[in-house]
Parts: sequence; structure tokens; C-alpha cells
Amino acid sequence: MNGVELRNVTKAYSGLTVMSDINLEIGDGEFLVLLGPSGCGKSTLLNMIAGLEPTTGGSIHIKGRDVTALEPDERDIAMVFQSYALYPTMSVRKNIGFGLKMRGVPKDQIDKKVAEIGDLLQISPLLDRKPSQLSGGQQQRVAIGRALVREPSVFLFDEPLSNLDAKLRADMRIELKRLHERLGRTIVYVTHDQIEAMTLATRVVVLDKGSIQQVDTPENVYRRPANRFVASFVGAPTMNFIDGRIMQDGTDIFFDSGSGGLPLVGLPEQVRSLIGRPVTLGARPEHILFDDGGAAARIILAEPTGPDQYVRLAVAGSEITARCGPEQSFKAGTDARIMLDGARISLFNQQTGQAMTAD
Amino acid sequence: MRYNRLALYGLLALAALMVLAPVFIMVSTSLKSMDEIRDGSIFTLPADPSFAAWGTAWFGDCAQSLGTKCGGLSSSFLTSVKIVIPALVLSVGLGAITGYALAVWKMKGANLMFAALLVGMFIPPQVTLYPLIIMIRELGLFGSIPGLILVHLIWGVAFTTMMFRNFFKTVPQDLLKAARIDGAGFWRLFWHVMLPLSLPILGVAMILQFTYIWNDFLLGLTFGGRSGQPMTVALNNLVGSQFGEKQYNVDMAATMLTALPTLVVYLLSGRLFVRGIAAGAVKG
Repeated sequence: MNGVELRNVTKAYSGLTVMSDINLEIGDGEFLVLLGPSGCGKSTLLNMIAGLEPTTGGSIHIKGRDVTALEPDERDIAMVFQSYALYPTMSVRKNIGFGLKMRGVPKDQIDKKVAEIGDLLQISPLLDRKPSQLSGGQQQRVAIGRALVREPSVFLFDEPLSNLDAKLRADMRIELKRLHERLGRTIVYVTHDQIEAMTLATRVVVLDKGSIQQVDTPENVYRRPANRFVASFVGAPTMNFIDGRIMQDGTDIFFDSGSGGLPLVGLPEQVRSLIGRPVTLGARPEHILFDDGGAAARIILAEPTGPDQYVRLAVAGSEITARCGPEQSFKAGTDARIMLDGARISLFNQQTGQAMTAD
Repeated sequence: MRYNRLALYGLLALAALMVLAPVFIMVSTSLKSMDEIRDGSIFTLPADPSFAAWGTAWFGDCAQSLGTKCGGLSSSFLTSVKIVIPALVLSVGLGAITGYALAVWKMKGANLMFAALLVGMFIPPQVTLYPLIIMIRELGLFGSIPGLILVHLIWGVAFTTMMFRNFFKTVPQDLLKAARIDGAGFWRLFWHVMLPLSLPILGVAMILQFTYIWNDFLLGLTFGGRSGQPMTVALNNLVGSQFGEKQYNVDMAATMLTALPTLVVYLLSGRLFVRGIAAGAVKG
């Protein structure tokens, strides 16, 4: 195992267990994103990998070495913080070189490496400035440079883009992805922003209330959420949930919420064993199809966003959001006809919230 | 609006006048001869300004003096310097380190220690004077410059610790984490990251400690003995122990000389001082 491995990691604060039995294997060169709402424990987990917070139980291994009892600087990691955390009194050059200096690297080697990093991140002209003279984006570059220069086995990012404005965030996202492709180093990246998670990650870990909800590729987390929490947390606008049963009437298959039916098209053969059982149906806005053969749904509101519009509908006793192109026009108070894309919807157990598979 | 301005400037001018009037009298009197002082109003400017009294105050007047010394302030000025510099450097330096340790490093009983320091600061020095005398005597340092320095250190370090501790508490956690990951331990974090950050506070602590120690009279009188008489004590002796006619011009000159070092420190570091107070006041 060349990356990072967490074995039964537990964290408790004065007797209160906030995380228990976290097991995670992070492969060499992987870009793993820890995703979750605030307070889910993703930063705590990152800090434990960094060695900034002690673990209460379990062990952490980096490149096959047990680092659980080691100090942060002995773990072969580097970290980038949301607040950048640059040393305000040092020039950019000294900021980047500080870690090397602390390790006793000779000065001429530090200078050479800092110059290389300056070229790589295009911050060479800024090397003699103080952090306070830089913009937020430039400061974040320096912070990344400070992590890169040490050439650690693992990079840890703690919401590095959260303090940047939207445009810059998008640019930096692309740059981070390029950097990862170029360097091929293992990255563990904490964020609450699902766009960052979807675009950057090779795998996403969705966390809630101190436990892992799902570990999978971004595509699978989106398409096949493991439970209702993952389904509702990932995706915007959020997934629509309706309780009811899948029913069959001759060749017609439809979803019956108890106060109305919605036609389901293209439901996979293997799901048909669930017909008749109580389920929670999860349909993303793009899983709702506008079709003349569908059920009548009252239009409450249409929100054009530019490329798309989101239509709020009242149907089968629930309010749902559907997505469609901008060319159609919707008038509040009138009816639209909709059906569900049975091939892409998710089904959850009504009690446990776990995704249901046909078996 | 205009009248408000006028009233404001009027009040400020009045305040300045009230503060500066005694200073003016001191300077002007110190430049007069005794004859002029005797018959003139104290507010008139000196007719024939002379620095003779300043010379007497500094070097002493050997003709008038009774002992072997000539009674000038120059030797006690040196004593004051010998007391102030080590006491200043030690109290500010130690305060910075202890304040840093209390603020940044989680150690058991840190809050308790800080509370004890605060309580210590609020006790007037007069209350603990006698126990301190016994303590210093037992150490064999009573009546010596090192003894006096130690007393100043004991009094000053509580104050400087509090200043630095409160400042270092405002340093963002992420910065400390970054330094830990970069491999800076207790001393290197202090030296390379925290101390440079605290320069404004360091300046204020230096200025305040310099003023306290230089202006101190009670501790100098009690612990200094004959060899460790600071300038304030010598000034008191000079002003209070002359025979015959009071040499007001010499007294005034001597007082000015004693006050001059703190004045110079304030003038030279005024901007730093204001910045430091602002840095301490505004969090983040």
C-alpha cells in the first residue's frame, strides 16, 4: 500500500465519540475528496492524517509506515489551508523555503527549489513581496508552492478555494487538476463544495455526522447514491424524494404515491422485483421528463438560470423540481405533463434510507 | 459645525497649556540665575539664559558638597542605565517567551497560571515589599544592582507575560498548524514566526517597561542600597538635602535631566507605540 491507509480510526473529545471506526484506503496518486456539510468531521479527519489532532484509536499509515504517533513534520505530508496561513512577516521566498530551512537543507538548494516552484506556479515575480501585498489567488498559489517545494508523499488540502471569489475558484480548480495530473502525487482534499468534489476527485468520500456514507467515483456518487443523505447532499437543485410504491397495470408501470400516479419509463428489468413494495423514490430534476403521455402536474414556478430552467411542480401530493431547456415556456397555474426516467431514478428503503437494489 | 471645531481646538489648546505650563516653568527656571529667581515672577523668560545650573546638576558642585562626591547626577545616571537595560531586556524577553508558551502550547494548568499572574499584577508593590526584602536578603542580593534588577524582573514579567499572551492568542490557529507541518518546534516557532509577528507589542512592552523601571523610586530606594542608587533616588537626595538657600535652578535642571530619557524614548518611538496599542486592541 503506497498511499494512505486509515484503520479503525476513532476520535473522541473528552469521552464523546465524534468518529468511530473509520476505514479508508487511499491509493498512490489518487485525488481523494472528503465531502460533507460543516461539522461532518471531514476537517478533523484531515487533521488526524496530518498529525495535527491525535487519534483516539486506530492507526494511520502513510506509504506503508505507521505514522499514528509521529509529529506532523515527520509524516511526509504537506498541507494547504483555507486561510492560506502564510507567515505574514516573511517574504514569499522565505515562506516557500521555510519548511526546507527547518529541515536543515543547505541554502543554495533551497534557493534552487524555490526558484523552480516560482516558475511552476508562475509566481517568480512575486518572490520578494510580503503576503499582505498579494491578492487572495496569489496567496493561495504561494501556499500551494510552500506545500509543493517539500515534495511530500501526500498533499492535504483543507478547503483551499473557499476564500476565493467564484471566477478565481473555477480557474484554480482547473489549475489544481492540471497540477495533480502533472505531479501524480496523492492528494486528500476537504471541501463542502460538491462542484469541486465532482470535478477534481478520482474518488469521493461523503461524510456525515462523523461516519463515511459512501466512497466511490464522482460519477457513481451522483448516479448511484448509497443512501438518502448522499442523494440529497450531492446535486443541485437537490434530488426529489417521494414515498410510495411502484405499481404495474398491464404493461404500464407507474409510481403511486397514494395521492396520484407518475408513469415510469424504461425501468430496468431487475428492479421489477421491487414492484408493490413501499419505497422512497429519488428523482433528480433531470430525471423528470416532459412528455404528453405523462401525468398532469401543476406548474408553481419556473426559474430560468440561463442554460437551463428549473420548474417547480405540484404532482402526486408532493412538490418537485424538474429541469428542462430554456426554450420551453411555462406559465404558473397551468398544467404540464411529466413522467419519470425509470432507468436513472434511485430507490431507497423508507425506514433506513439505504439504496435498494433488486435481490 | 464651525463652532464645534472652535470649541474642540480651544479645549485641546487648554489641555496642552495645562500640561506644558509646568514644563515651561521648569525649563525657564533652570536657565535663570538664582538672583533672577529670587526677585522675578516665575513666568518671565530668563533674561540671560545660562546652562550653568544644568552643569551643576549633572557634574555636581564640589565647592558646596560635604562628602567626597560632588553630588551630581552623572554617576547615578550610569547606575540607572545599568539597572534599566538588563531589567528591561530580561523582563520583556522572558515575558515574550512565557506569554508565547501560555498562549500557544497546551499545557496543564496554563489558565490557572495566567489567573495567578493577573492577580499578582493587581497587588500593589507596597504590600509585598517586606516579604520581597526578606527574599532578596536571603539570596544575598540585598542592596546591590543585581538584587534591584531581580525585583524589577519579578514585577515586570507578570505584566509583559500578560501583554504577549493576549497578543499571541490572536494569532490564527492555521498559522501555527502550518508551522508545525513545516517542522518548527517550540523555539523555532517562537523565533522565526511568533517573535517577528509581535514586533509592535514588543515595542510597546519595551517602552512601558523602560518608563516603569526608569521612573521607579520606591524599589530603587528600598533595594538599591548605596551602590545601586538610581537617578530618581539621587534626584530626591539632591533636591532634599542641600544646606542653605534652595538652588531652584539646579533642582529644575536635575529634574529635567532625570525625566529626559523617558521623554526621548517616547518621542523616538511614538508612532510605534500608537501602532502597538492599536495592534493589541484590534483582534485578528
